[in-house]
Order: sequence, then C-alpha cells, then structure tokens
Amino acid sequence: MSAARPSTPGIPGLLGNRIRIPQLVALGALVLFLAGAPSVVDSFTLSQILTKALWLGIAAASLIFLSSYGGMISLGQTGIYAVAGFTMANLVHAAGGKNLGWDPVAATAAGIAVGTAFGLLCGAIASRSYGIYFLMITLAISVIVFYFFAQVTTLSGYGGIRSVTPPGLIGNSVSDPLPLYYTALLASAAVYLGIRYLARAPFGLALQGIRDDPARMQALGFNVALHRALAFGVGAFVASIAGILSVWYTAQISPGGINVAQTINILVIAVIGGLYRLEGAWIGALVFATIDNYSRVWMPNVGVWLGPERFETVIGLIFLVIVLASPGGLVGIWDNVWAMRKRQLGPLVASGTSSAKAVNGDVDTPATVESRR
Amino acid sequence: MVPRIMLGLVGAAVVVWIAYQGTQDSRLFWIVTLNGITLAALFFVVAAGFTLIFGLMRVVNMAHGSLFLLAGYIAFTLQGNWYGVSSNLLSGTPATITSWIVPLVIATVVIGIAGVLMQQVFLRWNQGQDLRQALITIAISVILADQMVAHFGGIAESIQQPAVWPDSVSLFGVRYGFFRLVVVVGAAVVIGALLFLVIKRTRFGMIIRAGVDDRAMVSTLGVNIQLVFAGAFFIGALLAGLAGVLGGTMIAVQPGNDSAFLLDSLIVVIIGGMGSLGGAAIGSLALGLVSSYADVYLRFGATDLTNYAILLTFILVVAMLAVRPLGLFGRPA
Repeated sequence: MSAARPSTPGIPGLLGNRIRIPQLVALGALVLFLAGAPSVVDSFTLSQILTKALWLGIAAASLIFLSSYGGMISLGQTGIYAVAGFTMANLVHAAGGKNLGWDPVAATAAGIAVGTAFGLLCGAIASRSYGIYFLMITLAISVIVFYFFAQVTTLSGYGGIRSVTPPGLIGNSVSDPLPLYYTALLASAAVYLGIRYLARAPFGLALQGIRDDPARMQALGFNVALHRALAFGVGAFVASIAGILSVWYTAQISPGGINVAQTINILVIAVIGGLYRLEGAWIGALVFATIDNYSRVWMPNVGVWLGPERFETVIGLIFLVIVLASPGGLVGIWDNVWAMRKRQLGPLVASGTSSAKAVNGDVDTPATVESRR
Repeated sequence: MVPRIMLGLVGAAVVVWIAYQGTQDSRLFWIVTLNGITLAALFFVVAAGFTLIFGLMRVVNMAHGSLFLLAGYIAFTLQGNWYGVSSNLLSGTPATITSWIVPLVIATVVIGIAGVLMQQVFLRWNQGQDLRQALITIAISVILADQMVAHFGGIAESIQQPAVWPDSVSLFGVRYGFFRLVVVVGAAVVIGALLFLVIKRTRFGMIIRAGVDDRAMVSTLGVNIQLVFAGAFFIGALLAGLAGVLGGTMIAVQPGNDSAFLLDSLIVVIIGGMGSLGGAAIGSLALGLVSSYADVYLRFGATDLTNYAILLTFILVVAMLAVRPLGLFGRPA
C-alpha cells in the first residue's frame, strides 16, 4: 500500500487516555481563540479564511476519516458533497434549479440524507476495490457527478443555482458572517468528536482491523465489504454536512465549484494537513484558505510562471513538496519534531502522544490495545 | 449469477433498441456508430499508454491527461510559430503535410522525454508506493494545468490538418470526416498492432511481460529493470503525446481536456482491466460506442433522456465492477 501508514492514528486525550495539563491548556486556548475569533479579526478574514477553513476542513475530514481509519483514499468526497448541496439548493427557493420552495431546514435534512444515501451506493460499488483502484473509482464518481449537474439543465446546468435561501438562523452570510461562522465551528467540533467517538466504538475498531488486514478480519467473521461500504456512508454523511455549509457560504452552487480541480483541492488539503490524523483536515484547510487569499495579493510576477493569478501553481508546488518530503503532512512534521524532542528527553516522558512512533509500529496506543482485547 | 443474467438481458435489450433505431434511420445510425468508433480510437491511443505504464510499474500516472494536453499545445504553437498556420481563413496559411507532421513528431517526442524525466526525478526513488506515486503525479498535473492556462490561455484552439487531405470520405452511404475516420482510426490500429507485436514478439516485449508478472525475478536474471521502466514510461508518455496531437486536430486543444481524457483513460482501464492492451481496446470501444449512442438514442417517444447520457457511462462502470471487480482482463496486483 501507500507510504507511511500508521498502525493506528493514535490521537491522545479527549475520549481515551488521561488528558495532561499542557494539553488541557492548549485545548482551552484553542476553544477560547475559536470562540472569540470574531471579536479579534475583521469580518473579511473571519469569512474568507476562518469560515472557509472550517467547511473545507469538514470536507477534508471526511476524506481523512476514510484514509486514516479505513485505509481508503477517496476522491469521491467532492461528488458526494455536491449531491447533498445540489439536493438542498433544488429544494429551497433559489434562482435556477427546481426552486421547490421547501423550508430550508427540511431541505438541509433532505440534502444530507440524499448525500449519505448516494455515498452508501457508491460505497457498495467501490467497497471491493483497494488502494489505487479505489482512488480511481471514486475519482470517476466525482467527475460523473460534475458532468451530470453540468448537463442536466433542469437540476442545474453550467450556470448552477444562485441565491439559495439559507435558514433564518444563518441569514445573509455576506452582511453578517457571525452565525455561519459559529454554525461551521459547531459542526466541525461535532464532526471531530463524532469521528473520534466512532473510532473507539466497535464499528471503528473493526474498520481499523480491516484497514490493517482485510483477509484476517474476513476470517474472523467480519463482513469486510459491508464495513467498508458503511464507512464510506459515514464519510458521505460528513461530506454532506460540508456540502450544505459550502452552499450557505457562497449562497450558490454550480458545477464549476465541484469540478476535478475542487476534488483535487480537497485531497490537497487533506494531504497538506496529514492524511493520517483527523486534526490535519482543519490545519490543512486553514493553510489552504490563507494561501488562497494572500497569494493573490503578494505573489510577485515571475514571467508568466508565477504571479497573483497562479494560486493553483503555488498550492500544487506545496502539495508536491509535502508529498515528497513528509507523507504525514504538516501534522506528521510536528509529530516527528515532537518525537525527536522526546527521544532527547529520555524514555520517561515518552508516553502519551505517540502517533509518530506508531508509524513505526512500536508503541501501543489505546486503540491498538483495545482492539486486541 | 443473477446479476450476470440481468446484465445480459439489459445488454440484449439495448442492442435490440439500437438495431431498431438503425432500421428507422440508417444514415444517422452509421454517423453515430462512426462517431463512437473514431472516439474509441482516440481513447485507445491515450489509454494504451496509461495501461502500459500501470501494467509494468504499478504507477497510476494521474498526469497522463496533462501530458496529452501539453502535446496538443506544443504542436499548436509550433504550427503557428514555425509555419504561420492558423485557423483564421483570411490571414493564416493552410497547413501542409510537413507543417502537420513536424509539430506532431516534435510534440510527441518532447512529451515522451518529459515523461521519462518525470519518472526519473519523482517516481523512481519511491517504487512500490503506489498511492504516494499517484499523489505525486496529481501534484504535477495540478501545476501543469495551471501553467498551461498561464502560457497558452483559456481559449479552445485547434491544430490544422493538412489542406491537401480531403475533408470527408464516403462509407456506408454517409460522408464522414476523413481525418477522424482514416487518420485517427488508422493510427489507433497501427499503434495497437505495433504494441501487440512489440510485446508478444520482441525481446523488449518479453522483458516487459516478465516484468509485469515478477519484477524482482526479472531483475535478478540480470535485466536492467530500471532501463526497462524508463523505456516503458517513454513509450507510455509518447502515446499520450501522439494522442494529444491527434485529439487536438480532431476535436480541440483546451483547458479541461486534461482531466476529461484522464477520466476517459481511467474508465477504459476500469472496464478493460489495468495493464491489458486487449482490455484497453475493448474498453475504449465500449466507452466510445456507449457515449455516442447514448447521446442520440436515449430518446423514447417524447421523453428525451439524452441529457442523462453521462449516467450511462457510470452505469457501464458499475455493471462491470459488479461482475468483474478487476475489469475484463485485469489480474490481481
């Protein structure tokens, strides 16, 4: 299989082992910063960077969930979130599409349900494929969803659906970005904690077993294909949330926003953050949104090769460097630095955060211990 | 067993429906069929390179579509800059055979060399890590796509075919584009035959076939497997480049074609099985015919479903995976 695949993505704290003081402080600072961000940064930064990073992070989290716990690198997440977003946008009042005038909350629920159902269908198709085959089949899913919405004019067409009505709670996210920011923040927290919880539940443990050795899990009586299809459904549920948020964020959805470039962007975010650690999703998304915004301002012109309009080249180069240098992404670099420091401090301190060592498979994280019981 | 029988029934119904439509309007039928076959020929040239690289090295070259598009742009630029050929009927000179062939050869060879460079610099040292290699080639395709927009702009261009060639030929009572029917299909047949002969009859082909089965054993036997890999990558990229010039003459050179033809190659090899040349031929034919029939014949009385034609491609892939997860001629890695 692929590069560094840790035996478990052992993320410490929160649900499993004891939380230590520095972690508690860091967690508190993070919560305080995120909750208080609107009063610190201006509304442009809040909307263009933080809110964007939150919803992109959820989309990337659905990919990282599949890759870190299921060993499946999926390029289908964009297609799935597009299905959820387009379903919702067609059901509510909007310019273009079916314009059915449903209540936005009901339409949101329907969008997530349809996205999840579509994900389960795709999961059932792809669940017998592994590795690179899985990557290709899911890419095909995304591209076909793109062509579908581009060609079917009654549901979208190339222009897409504009002026999508958000729920009253969200309101107009341009004039008042606060409600959407907090919604995205709460959704991110729920997704993070939900996935962490699921990873420790019997289903998650079985999934990790399947990731490590499908044949053995089959022999133990687990239905491998079913578990992988269901996991894909869970990933689709998370991706659907991101799809709904993305529509609220821009008040529109069009095939141009769900094309191959966007499919790759979600993958790039996940890889920059770290394919094997859930936190990486939001870290990668933050880096992505920041570069997206500022490279269009300060990037100097180097012939036609580089310039303010060459954002894709910049992000592609960063992506290339990360893949070549650190398959674990930014979180992987952090883990390596952390592990090196601990080695210098001596073995006594070397418990707790362990993912970097788990890459070498020499540390029992709570998850592996549990799964052996 | 049940899915196979159902698929067989559905397939039979489709054939009957198309045959019925064919008797209604045989002219349209032949045009649609020729559209499908000429598309399939182009798909085959692209996918053959893709599947060759995968079959031997287990590298999924996600930059294959970018190489395809880059070749088109190189040939288009050369045709314009060296020979002053342009699509503008008033000011441009029409293309001659030389001013079509020379850009074709140069673009194809340049792309072949670019492929080898890519393999040597980025892929050689992480042999066997197939997902990481796929990610690397994705990164390269992102950069290439953006750079091509920067250098060649976002407008659809097209490479001019030699003016001495006829515009169309007659076949089955219909007049059909000469370039599509004779040049593209001819190129696909020649390439298919050449690849088949090289792989089945030559020493190089023998080494490739052995390498597909057991890389370690081949290199233990004293074959310089790295040289073979570089050669295979050269040929694979070369085919992408050739297809890029053919496609650029037949359809257009435009941004977005890179991912479109990457997807087509993916679907072709998912249907035919990764690494199999015969599979690529059958897969291209299936994809080409299905997409061109669906564009026209997905109309039942007043219900026009041709907008949903793309879904048929999806159904084709799904049906194939349901029956044979590794494609028609695929073998487990």
